[in-house]
Amino acid sequence: MQEILERPTTKEAAVVDKNKGKVKKVLVICSKGKLEDVYAALVMANGALMEGIQAKMFFTFFGLEAITKKNADHLHTATVGNPAFMPGMPTMVAGLPGFEAFASYMMKKEMDKLDMPHVTEFLQMIEAGGGEIYACKLAADMFHLKKEDFVDEVKNIITVGDMYALAEGEGTQIIFV
Amino acid sequence: METLTYNGTQIEVNAEGYLKDMNQWTPELATEMATQEDIVLTSKHFDVLNWLRAKQAEGTPLSIRKVGNSGIVDIKQFYALFPGGPLKVSSKIAGIPKPASCI
Repeated sequence: MQEILERPTTKEAAVVDKNKGKVKKVLVICSKGKLEDVYAALVMANGALMEGIQAKMFFTFFGLEAITKKNADHLHTATVGNPAFMPGMPTMVAGLPGFEAFASYMMKKEMDKLDMPHVTEFLQMIEAGGGEIYACKLAADMFHLKKEDFVDEVKNIITVGDMYALAEGEGTQIIFV
Repeated sequence: METLTYNGTQIEVNAEGYLKDMNQWTPELATEMATQEDIVLTSKHFDVLNWLRAKQAEGTPLSIRKVGNSGIVDIKQFYALFPGGPLKVSSKIAGIPKPASCI
């Protein structure tokens, strides 16, 4: 009871919130190359910039697909091993040739309806908003990818140590996708 | 109820400082509101503000991407004109509601 009485009013709480624990920077790590995972990472990074929060992105492992010139705009959604995708759809049907391509096409059509940009345009928007995009050195070496394989918005290929340096400073949050 | 007094007129705003009635907006009020955001408005700013107001009046949902495709500014210029969250800052100064946009 005592606690309830002492709880600050909403307005006071808002003032406290404003001065304490504000998110100043996000580092979004994208380690997956599925359409929905990449979009989750892009939306969060871009959303941060829209709020006046700094944003850095680090793409690693299959996430690198999202920043290659070749595949950035041709990502797929997984129809197999994804129980939330069309529940009731038998796995064997979802695995038929062409099914994944069809599902991805349908998903992109829905995204177009919502005015969601394609991956390359999204990366351009993030760069235009002051965000920075990096590729993981270890993963790039593993997949034999070089700087010229990546879209122009990729600032550099960096190590995991460099990545942590990007997150320096108070009020930084690291988001792993 | 929060109000903002400008030139002796009481202007109703919500808790975040957005105008409740976009018709109460004037360019002078915009200049005053911009000062509080540390922005000195130029004609380029007003081009954006007027575009936002026109789109809002049409009922078009606003997003940073749409502003970027408006032909008035590109996204980079938009961020430069209204630092600290361009869409929300510009909407506030334009006297329109805060856009509910995730992109």
